[in-house]
Amino acid sequence: MANLLALVHNETIKVWRKKRFAVVLLVLLVLIPVFVYAQAKIARNNAEKFADWRAEVQQRITDNTNALSSDRIPDEWKKWRRALVQQLQYYLDHDVNPNTPNAVTFTSSFLENSVTLFIPLMVLAIASDLVSSERSAGTIKMLLTRPVRRWRILFAKWVTLILYVSLIVVSTTVLAYLISGLAFGYEGWGEPVFVGFGLNGTDIDTSAVHAVTRGQFLLMEMGLVWYSALIVAFIALLVSVLLRSTAASLVTMMAAVISGAILANMASSWHSAKYLFNVNLDLTVYLRGTPPPIEGMTLGFSLAVLGVWGLAALAAAFAVFTKQDVMN
Amino acid sequence: MTVETRAANKEVVLSVQQLKKYIGRKLVIRNVSFDVYAGEIFGFLGPNGSGKTTTIRMLVDLVKPSSGRVLVCGEDVNRHPERALRSVGCIVENPEMYPYLTGWENLEHFARMQKGITRERIAEVAAIVQLDKRIHDKVKTYSLGMRQRLGIAQALLGAPKLLILDEPTNGLDPKGIKELRAFIRRLANEGMSLFVSSHLLGEIQQMCDRVAIIAQGEVIAVGEVEELLRQAGSYTVWQLDKPVEGRKLFERQPDVKLIGEGEHRIDEGLLSSLPDAIVTAMDEASIPVWVQRFVAAGIGVQAVHKVAPSLEELFLKLTEGESIG
Repeated sequence: MANLLALVHNETIKVWRKKRFAVVLLVLLVLIPVFVYAQAKIARNNAEKFADWRAEVQQRITDNTNALSSDRIPDEWKKWRRALVQQLQYYLDHDVNPNTPNAVTFTSSFLENSVTLFIPLMVLAIASDLVSSERSAGTIKMLLTRPVRRWRILFAKWVTLILYVSLIVVSTTVLAYLISGLAFGYEGWGEPVFVGFGLNGTDIDTSAVHAVTRGQFLLMEMGLVWYSALIVAFIALLVSVLLRSTAASLVTMMAAVISGAILANMASSWHSAKYLFNVNLDLTVYLRGTPPPIEGMTLGFSLAVLGVWGLAALAAAFAVFTKQDVMN
Repeated sequence: MTVETRAANKEVVLSVQQLKKYIGRKLVIRNVSFDVYAGEIFGFLGPNGSGKTTTIRMLVDLVKPSSGRVLVCGEDVNRHPERALRSVGCIVENPEMYPYLTGWENLEHFARMQKGITRERIAEVAAIVQLDKRIHDKVKTYSLGMRQRLGIAQALLGAPKLLILDEPTNGLDPKGIKELRAFIRRLANEGMSLFVSSHLLGEIQQMCDRVAIIAQGEVIAVGEVEELLRQAGSYTVWQLDKPVEGRKLFERQPDVKLIGEGEHRIDEGLLSSLPDAIVTAMDEASIPVWVQRFVAAGIGVQAVHKVAPSLEELFLKLTEGESIG
């Protein structure tokens, strides 16, 4: 019986040699500079308009307060703006700049913006064909006729998936930091950020707010992004077990992830949607203190919903993979 | 003869016992049983759609039987695949390997899935299938024949007691087929059992010691290829200078059965080259007696042919029997 380490070795080599991870890196290397450039433009504009960051924050508070009195803005959005205004005010009161342009803040906001779509897509590039490619290429017949129990083979694939998902999250962060540092400088790890904003009806609850450094904040975000990326990966593994074609498996998962991003923007009145995995993917909202897509969602709730989805997907994947007849 | 010595010390390497398989509600494998002994080449013959592929997949745990057992060296394939499949090497349908890896990396990949396969063993199997010169090239650059050989190398890695080859001559040119046949014989002489499936009867006839014939999900005959051929009966074809008188002479003797046109299954092409040939079924021992009889009666014997029925005929006979019964 081969040991699991050897099996994981096999799976890691296959993903690597298929150049899947190379594609992910390439996409990052192309996209991050684009965003860095856009961010640098914004920073330069603001620097021209406002000599002091306080003036800029004050302007944003005024803009948002004005918008609150408009009738054309739906109620959910007003709630969101009210929370934002209170947060900005908190930063102003404590004399902390919420948006200094540096590599650490850029990396943070890049992670926040990529958690619902961009990171899941990169994860799918690897997860979606982990099993289905073996089936469509026919190599599964060689793989499953060796003296190894089937659950061990899927287990090795699962461990490999976790390794690559972790690698994607880490390399996204590292590349974002390194590339944006060229434009904004590499400082900013020690700057304070406030976390712990709670939403209490229409008011922001600041009783639990405390300051952490930008570095700690980034690390927490990475953890949350990693968690939701893993759940997407596990569900994709199940789809890959169920569907023979890599293309079908990729499209199915992409549809699920994208519809989640759309639902999150419009499902605030459909309450049971909060049990779907794809509206819970943006865990960083809880850290930033912005209102979640659907009322009643908390960090604990989202972690639990995602956890249940992930475990159920894994259980189903193992059950099907170990029992299924390989007919083609 | 080798067949007798094999029969004397029958070590069963593969034992297939009353396999049944439902796909959906349809019973696709009704009853498949046979044993494969050590050192023999066992043919598995059936037309496409007869349940051949499903059966082979059940032998290597790709498909789970609905009932029945498959034992390899006494280990149940379905219950303990990690033990049973240690003694099995197989190629199911096409030898599909990872095209983006080199031949060597593919072999390493499969070597890691089994304990105790060294680098030397990988080099050894690569040399056995004569792939050592190209082994470090990517598989996507290989020809079909080379992929086939890499597949066989992979199957040989763990020095299996049983090698299962599913339609191994598919896509090979005549030279490749000849080489493969010699190679299979060599492996059998070294003590390995080979299980070779085919839908081509001639191939089994040339390659195999014993054969199981499957039709419509059921094994309809198992036995030594030669014995099955004998069961089907062979023909003795006479060419005489006075065929009419000869025929009369035959008709008078009860130990000879004259076989009329349409009752036998001898190749038409063969018979047309033998004008006025008389097709008979008779005991081999009586041929010299008959030659003397003809000479005594003044009838010249131009030629006597023994025509063995092909496995094709046997197959037709067996399946016809089934459709009638």
